[in-house]
Amino acid sequence: MSTLIVDAVEAPTQSSISDLEAGPPGSFVVTLIIRRFIPEIDEEPRWQDFDVRVLPTDRILDALHKIKWEQDGSLTFRRSCAHGICGSDAMRINGRNRLACKTLIKDLDPTQPIYVEAIKGLPLEKDLIVDMEPFFESYRQIQPFLQASGNPVRERTQSVAARERFDDTTKCILCAACTSSCPVFWTDGQYFGPAAIVNAHRFIFDDRDEAAKVRLDILNDKEGVWRCRTTFNCSEACPRGIEVTKAIQEVKQAVLRGHA
Amino acid sequence: MSVSIESPRVKPAPRRGVNWEKWGWLYMRASGVLLVVLIFGHLFVNLYAGEGVSALDFGFVAGKWASPFWQWYDFALLWLALIHGSNGMRTIINDYTTVPIGGTRLRRLFTPHYIFKTLLVGSTIVLLVLGTLVIFTFDPCPSGAPADLLPTFCAARS
Repeated sequence: MSTLIVDAVEAPTQSSISDLEAGPPGSFVVTLIIRRFIPEIDEEPRWQDFDVRVLPTDRILDALHKIKWEQDGSLTFRRSCAHGICGSDAMRINGRNRLACKTLIKDLDPTQPIYVEAIKGLPLEKDLIVDMEPFFESYRQIQPFLQASGNPVRERTQSVAARERFDDTTKCILCAACTSSCPVFWTDGQYFGPAAIVNAHRFIFDDRDEAAKVRLDILNDKEGVWRCRTTFNCSEACPRGIEVTKAIQEVKQAVLRGHA
Repeated sequence: MSVSIESPRVKPAPRRGVNWEKWGWLYMRASGVLLVVLIFGHLFVNLYAGEGVSALDFGFVAGKWASPFWQWYDFALLWLALIHGSNGMRTIINDYTTVPIGGTRLRRLFTPHYIFKTLLVGSTIVLLVLGTLVIFTFDPCPSGAPADLLPTFCAARS
């Protein structure tokens, strides 16, 4: 037991190599090529590869954990619940925006290296972490909260059909996978982006809410819904399967109608 | 110490002027629908109807433009298609160049964004004016032209 600890302290690379050789049955070694950027050291982001022993049912997040815990503790990424709900670990995996905690190794091609980088269009802070503030700023601008008058003593009731109207857009977890996959957002940081429009949709089509007109006015802006060119990147990127482009089109129609 | 939170329910400042993004978007949809009809009508008449593509020559075009119907048809086709195309180019310029901030007006004019947009607007206007002139002032048999340069169907040739 004591030799094992000494090994780990004196020669960490030795232990990681032996870890690569042995492993649970069915496991194999996969190469992750990660776009690293440590602002204190790097002028420009650089690609670094890591060999990790994984099971086909492991997620990219498990592989990233193995790297961080066993090979290079400086690797930095966000994750919280690790089960596809908190929306912390959206990243660009093999050129597509996905949640690291929902992407299984076997669903990629493990014979090829797997490329992992931070989502695009937001300022890169470190490794896989971007500054989410511009994203949340446009989210706040669409007033993402119920605005209803009166002071009911019980809950505000709603019919099943009225709830169904905006069901799809309630699924958003604000991971920014859609917004950071949008080519308009990449070049024009002023554009509200798909996520903000999806969350506006959630309240615009809620029959208990009374501020649809205000939100439609906000999105009728120069940098609002009209910048959307229906490239469908957002719908494809959404880890929750929201029909983002459809929601944006419905908001456009509502703007033209003048009401929800 | 009490903390005051800014009211989040702020009414956005009313917008001034024309909402060009909205009208640009609507124009693309409306002109797109019209262009589908106009372009396929154009292709059908020029390439398929009657003797088909083999009948298409200088005389054929001259014959079409002798009728006000085809003059206005081609006028609509020209304006709708050219503006549709340049509106698309405008969004591409917006995608690939950044809008300059700060500096004098003249300085801003000499940035890629405004150079491209000036070229785009300029060339669109030139093409629209020239095209419209050709459609409405086309004369296959201009008087005073040398007879050997005129097409065979002109009165001056016979």
